[in-house]
Order: sequence, then structure tokens, then C-alpha cells
Amino acid sequence: MTSAYQRTSDVQPEETEPVLRAVRLSHFYGKRVGCADVSLDLGPGEVLGIVGESGSGKSTLLRCLSGWQKPSRGRVLIRREGEVMDLYALEESVRRRLLRTEIGVVFQRAEEGVRMRVSAGGNIGERLMAEGVRHYGRLREGARRWMERVELDPERLDDLPSTYSGGMLQRLQIAKNLVTEPRLLFLDEPTTGLDVSVQARLLDLLRRLVREMNLSVVMVTHDLAVARVLAHRLLVMVGGRVVEEGLMDRVLDDPQHPYTQLLVSSRLVA
Amino acid sequence: MTTTPGFPVPNRPEEGGSGPRRVWKGLPGYNVAFLDEVTKRMIRRTILKAVAIPGHQIPFASREMPLPYGWGTGGIQITASLLGPDDVLKVIDQGADDTTNAVSIRNFFRKTAGVATTTRTEDATVIQTRHRIPERPLREDQILVYQVPIPEPLRFIEPREEECRLVHAWADYGIMYVKLYEDVSRTGRIATTFDYPVLVNGRYVMSPSPIPKFDTPKMHRMPAVQLFGAGREKRIYAIPPYTDVKPLDFEDVPFEIEKWSQCCALCGATDHYLDEIVTDDAGGRLFVCSDTDACARRRAEAARGSSGNR
Repeated sequence: MTSAYQRTSDVQPEETEPVLRAVRLSHFYGKRVGCADVSLDLGPGEVLGIVGESGSGKSTLLRCLSGWQKPSRGRVLIRREGEVMDLYALEESVRRRLLRTEIGVVFQRAEEGVRMRVSAGGNIGERLMAEGVRHYGRLREGARRWMERVELDPERLDDLPSTYSGGMLQRLQIAKNLVTEPRLLFLDEPTTGLDVSVQARLLDLLRRLVREMNLSVVMVTHDLAVARVLAHRLLVMVGGRVVEEGLMDRVLDDPQHPYTQLLVSSRLVA
Repeated sequence: MTTTPGFPVPNRPEEGGSGPRRVWKGLPGYNVAFLDEVTKRMIRRTILKAVAIPGHQIPFASREMPLPYGWGTGGIQITASLLGPDDVLKVIDQGADDTTNAVSIRNFFRKTAGVATTTRTEDATVIQTRHRIPERPLREDQILVYQVPIPEPLRFIEPREEECRLVHAWADYGIMYVKLYEDVSRTGRIATTFDYPVLVNGRYVMSPSPIPKFDTPKMHRMPAVQLFGAGREKRIYAIPPYTDVKPLDFEDVPFEIEKWSQCCALCGATDHYLDEIVTDDAGGRLFVCSDTDACARRRAEAARGSSGNR
């Protein structure tokens, strides 16, 4: 679990600076609290897990961090090539561009992230086309390569996503997001609703891609077992607030907050 | 006709005034060209805006017209606001001067505006069209008015109007290419044959109205001003003269126009857009020009040529 830190320790000093920083992030839905006063740092190549029961503000926080929901208060800073950008202070056109080149978001429901009436190839090529690739052959080649990379059968390049299974849809979503080689990946309950063996293979794939592409990942889940496989660090949320934060093993072995203790003790022994 | 204070109506030329100007002769009880002058001014202002931002859709307060939506209410309102007593109007529907829609609109303006009408492309000053551009190249002193059913080129890809506007505002047109990609991956070519999306002046992606893609290259740097009216959707847009109009395509799957294996069965033209007409129940079919004016002229010239040789 400490491998990420060993790897980052032997590269350039500025490479260890966080790629994503949230400063006192709060979001309210009217009077109700989405998330309150969340500050966090995400290092290069680091995988941060966010756990908490449903309604605890995990998804709100993820939406704020990934640029899809302007928070009521607070700032989200992203570092790219030594330049720090405030995600919500950017001009809208720049922000949109940044969202599709630097950030990927994989949703729990694939329908939110995949165009169901567009073939798999068209889905994977969408970000490339938005970035100005106007060569059909190259788009197709790129899509085929990514199909292979996420272990999808390239024969199904022209099939509609509606003919895909749940696990395949998640792979397609991942390919679609990673095709522009972003450095930040947000996963919103990526394995919920998949059976255990499919979950395991998907997590394997994610772990491999994170290592190969040196991705920094924020993953929201309510499943501690999933978080344990992938995450280096864990954030526990209750009622929109972060109640506990620490290295994965530390939080699991020595939970401090009552909710975390409950969460750890109620974990099914696999 | 009453005069609205502050909105002067154009002067009616006096009988026997200077020059050979024709006198407005409208329908009793109606303003000339049906629309009131305030509405015409509003539409003219919209047209000016549209010409100033080529390809950008400008909203306007579209009026109820005495014909149903889908029959050219947008085009008619533009034409009504443009016509003066000296104008000569040509109306075509799918290239033909003699179909119901064309005949009706021509009669409408003959009755309400008293303008001269013609079927000859080169004699017209204003040409209102549905789904075709005349084969004969247009001149600087002509205006081409298109009837547009759906002005938004993104409509069938992005259903949200709000998102469509953002896409236009940021020129973020990647999504248009997703549609083209799907076409090519399914059929091996770009299967869109009409209403082919174009990039106007290097900025706005625009629907050229449902003209066949055969006509799309004619829009590029056309000397005549092109105006587009969508009555139901309440939008006007324009292409000023000599503006770049580029059909969207891939570098390795370029834009192509339709080709026919036959020539026109009536006039023998090989460079006109041809309609396929079923002639009997036994599979008989005929290819003829869709532009009736261009076809008739070719036949007349051929007849003259052959009689002169005799």
C-alpha cells in the first residue's frame, strides 16, 4: 500500500506536489448540506478512497472536485505542468477543454457517461474529435487500441453500448475517459452492481492503468473491500463532513471515529 | 393604410413620378406584402444582425402567417420584409416552379404585394426556395431566401437547447463529428445526403436547410446574399455574399456530392441534380432535372439550335 509513496519519493521534488487540492469546499442544496468544509490534497499517482454511507456527501464532493458542480464555497486547484489553476475561476471554454483533456469521470451508471445510441468506437473517439482529430482512420485506430487496453473485444468496436454487459460498459467508460490521457481520474462507485468476479477483474484493470499512466485517482465507494484493493489513502465522510482521514491500513486497523469503527467492524469477511 | 406614429411607412411612389418605378398595388384591407410595417422593420433588423454574424441563429418574433408551419412561414416573412415595388419574385419548391407550394406563395405575393413574378432564375431579384438552389449561378444583385424547418444543426444529437447554445458559443463542435463518425462506421461513407452540416466563415456550424448535398458547394462564396427563415422555430440566419461555407468531413473521408449514372431524360443534362420518377408499375423509372427552369431552358435552346440548322 505504500508503493505509491516509494515511487514518488525518487522523482523530481516538484513532482511530489499535489496535482489536486481542495480548499474548504462546501456545497449546499438550499439549506441542506451536500458537503461542508472539505480540504484535501491528492498527490501524483495516488489513489484516494472516499467512503461513507449514502447521503453523506460523497458524490457531491466528487462532482465538485471533478468540475461538474460549482461548489457554494471553496476552491478546487489543479496543477498542470507546474501551473496551478483554480478550476472554477477559469474561463468556461478553458474549463471545458481542461475537463476533457485532464480529467476523466467514471460514473456508477454507465448511461450517464456513455452515449448509448452511439457505437463504442464513436464513444471512445468523442474526446479526440472534440480535441480536433479529423482523421477517421486515426480515430478508429485509437479506439481499437483502447478497446484492447481495457480488455474489450475489438470486434465489437461498431456495436452499440446497449448490447454490452454491465462490466463491459464500465470498461468502455474507462476507455472513453482515458483516451486523451488525463492525469486525474474520478471514479463514482465504479463496481457497484457488478458481480464479484467481474468486480475483481475491473479492479485489476484499474490498478494496472493507474500504475501504467501514473494516474491520480479519487474513488468514491461505500464498499470498504473495493477501497482496500485500490486506494492508498482513505477519507471517511459523515453528514457532509470528513470525520477521519489517513493511510488505508491505519484507518482499517485503528479506526478513531465511531462511524469508522462501525464501518470496519460491519465489514463482511471475504 | 394607417400610419403608426414614429414608424413611417415607405413612401408610395406617386403616379407619374420620376423613373419607371412600379406602384405598390396590394390587397384592399391589408398592408402591402401582408405584414405590417413594424413587423417588417423588426425582421429587417434581425436580418441585419444575421448578416453581421454569418451562420449564427438570431431569434425573431415570428408572426402567424396565413399558411401552416412547415409550408415556408419563415421564408415568406423574410420575403415580405424584403420586397419592394420593383422586385421580381421567383419561388421554387424542390427545384420546381410549378408545384403547389411554389405556385401558392407566388400567388400570395402577386396578390398582396402586387410584385412581378417570374420562373426565370436570371430575371428574379428575390428567389424564395424550398430544398434547392437553382442550377444557374446567382448574381450579386439577387437574394436567395431559404425556408428552414429545423434551424439547429445539433438538434438530433443534442436535445437540450441550452447545451446547443453553449456548443455554438464555444465552437465546441466535436459532437458533430461523432455523428459523422457513426455514419462512416455504419455505411463506409458519410450517409447524410441532405441538410448537410456546414461550417460558415470558419466559426458557426449551420444547417443549410434540407437542400441536397449536391447544392452545398454552391453556397461557398456565392455572390448572392443567402437568408434563412425558420417560422416555427423563430430563427433567422444568413450567409453574406462571398462567405466561406465548408461542409464538415474527415481528412480521409472527404465530402462528396451525389452522382448519377444517367443524364436527364428530358434535356440530357449531366451536371444538374436529378429526381428519380417512377413511371409505371413494372419498374420503369425516369431521371429528370429537379430544377424545372434550367431543364426547360436547355430544351428550348436545343430546339432553337436544331431548327436553326435545318
